[in-house]
Amino acid sequence: MSTTTRAKRSVVSENRLPGTGSKGYYLYLVPGLVLFTLIILLPLIWNVYLTFTEYRGIKPPEFIGLDNWIELFGDDKFWASFRNSIAMIIAMVVLPTGIGLVLAALLFDVIGRKFGGRLASFLRATYYLPQILPVAIAAIVIGWILRPENGALNTVLEAVGLGNLAHNWLGSPDTALPSIMLVMVWVQIGYPVVIFMAALQRVDPELYEAAELDGANWFQRFRSITVSIIRPEIFVVTLTCTIAALKVFGPIYALTGGGPGTSTIVPSYYSYIQFFQSQQVGYGATIATALTVVVIIVTVVFIKFQNRAEREDMGN
Amino acid sequence: MASTLPLVGTRPRRRQSGMHKRRPADWALLVAAILIGALIVIPFLIILVNSFKSPTDYTTSGPLTLPTSLYFDGIVNFWQRVDFPQKLWNSFFISGTVAILAVVLSVINAFALGIGRVKGRVWILVLFLLADMLPQEVLLYPLYNVFKEIGLYNNSWGVIIIFIVIRAAFGTYLLASVFGTFPKEILEAASLDGASRWRVLTSVIVPITRPTLSVLLIFFFIWTWNEFLIPLSFLVSNENQTVPVAITVLQGDRLMDVTTTSASALLGLIPTLVFFLIFQRTLTRGITAGAVK
Repeated sequence: MSTTTRAKRSVVSENRLPGTGSKGYYLYLVPGLVLFTLIILLPLIWNVYLTFTEYRGIKPPEFIGLDNWIELFGDDKFWASFRNSIAMIIAMVVLPTGIGLVLAALLFDVIGRKFGGRLASFLRATYYLPQILPVAIAAIVIGWILRPENGALNTVLEAVGLGNLAHNWLGSPDTALPSIMLVMVWVQIGYPVVIFMAALQRVDPELYEAAELDGANWFQRFRSITVSIIRPEIFVVTLTCTIAALKVFGPIYALTGGGPGTSTIVPSYYSYIQFFQSQQVGYGATIATALTVVVIIVTVVFIKFQNRAEREDMGN
Repeated sequence: MASTLPLVGTRPRRRQSGMHKRRPADWALLVAAILIGALIVIPFLIILVNSFKSPTDYTTSGPLTLPTSLYFDGIVNFWQRVDFPQKLWNSFFISGTVAILAVVLSVINAFALGIGRVKGRVWILVLFLLADMLPQEVLLYPLYNVFKEIGLYNNSWGVIIIFIVIRAAFGTYLLASVFGTFPKEILEAASLDGASRWRVLTSVIVPITRPTLSVLLIFFFIWTWNEFLIPLSFLVSNENQTVPVAITVLQGDRLMDVTTTSASALLGLIPTLVFFLIFQRTLTRGITAGAVK
């Protein structure tokens, strides 16, 4: 908080409706803040309190200090769940953002320019289609195709003579996680495409044409025009998708229940079963709180990183 | 956080130039783009085709052929089994109520933050955004306890209240910045006419920002429709469940044969496909950063 920010604040903190003081506006915040406190803030604080208790849902919570947290750090299943979160980040952030960048550039730079904007919008809508599904339903769709007995994928493999590749995709420890990842890639791919294409509207198409005339090939145009212009959107997509990847629940619930073994367990699902199946409420709260801390750290690191990148850009 | 937001009005159309000069490489890229599109759509088609097959038809001719005769039993059975109209109504009632009330709450909050510019508004916004960012598990047990005490457990209104707050958190963030750039001259003119704050809000600001508010309404509706963890945990009895929850909890049921399971997936995806067709332009135009759930 230096003097510049204070000076800026004194200029902008006046309300924008002249003739009225600033005070009465707080009244408008009352319903929002009351609801927020009751539904978010107090439960959050209560949840943090529960992490220091042994609570099985019947007798009142019993204070046990840091026991849950100590147990958590030694819990292999908990670490397995975070390792699977990394797989979710690959499936929901790394692959969709990378593929989405290429697809957005392809639709904008080649299809849109040479074959018309209508075709490009149509393809964009097609890529976006799985995004609108409830994610559990999306999982059921892919899960149906991957069924072990007479499933569509296995049947096709047999029909083309690759019957020995047929597999219990969701039921084997080696393929369950990749199968869930496949669901998530399918669901996520359209989101970056749409965001990146919206961002590309800022680019003058003549820039691409000029670059093309100067002999820049597709990849050079991609790197030096597309990627550099839509960097802010890449940040936003990476951040929001990383948070979403850390919170994945529906597909695990719908398809594998975290199994076989712990091969597809994720923090969110692990905490859910502690709450409602094992009745280990204190421990479930601890997992949920740990996940929250990770989400907040990721967000802060991202925003810091973005601010620094922006400042470096300004410096250049 | 969100820099791409649903915008008011339409973007200037780009000139269509350079449609000439399609080289072989361009055609190859076009084919690649279409193939990727086909790959993404194929799961939908497979579900569609197999939902109208009898289990014997499926066993004999496999998943990739058209049904030998149209078979509706799978869909009808599942429809009756889950009482689908009831689930549709539950989802519609919850999502619709949340969408409307969350937009109202967002407008009121954003009025104080974006127009009133109250002190500490940045911190208030950060606090609100927390609601949208948190893993919902942290709310589960405390709210479960309280809702049980006050009769909101296993009650649509419990879920509605939670999602009003979560949606309004994002809406406040978005509208505060929209209202922050509201044309000053209009506000000045309104206050010279002696309009009260409430009147300025309801008869000037809301009508002018209506396009943004309706985009927000559509997004809130669909996001709430697609919610899973909280409806699953709070709406336990069959007659209160939403569409995604009702369909998901029946998966793996021994009584469901292969094509009935396909039909269940079809019924789950149809409502959102309908929304997509209706709101396609809005959805694909400026999708917000919060669109991933």
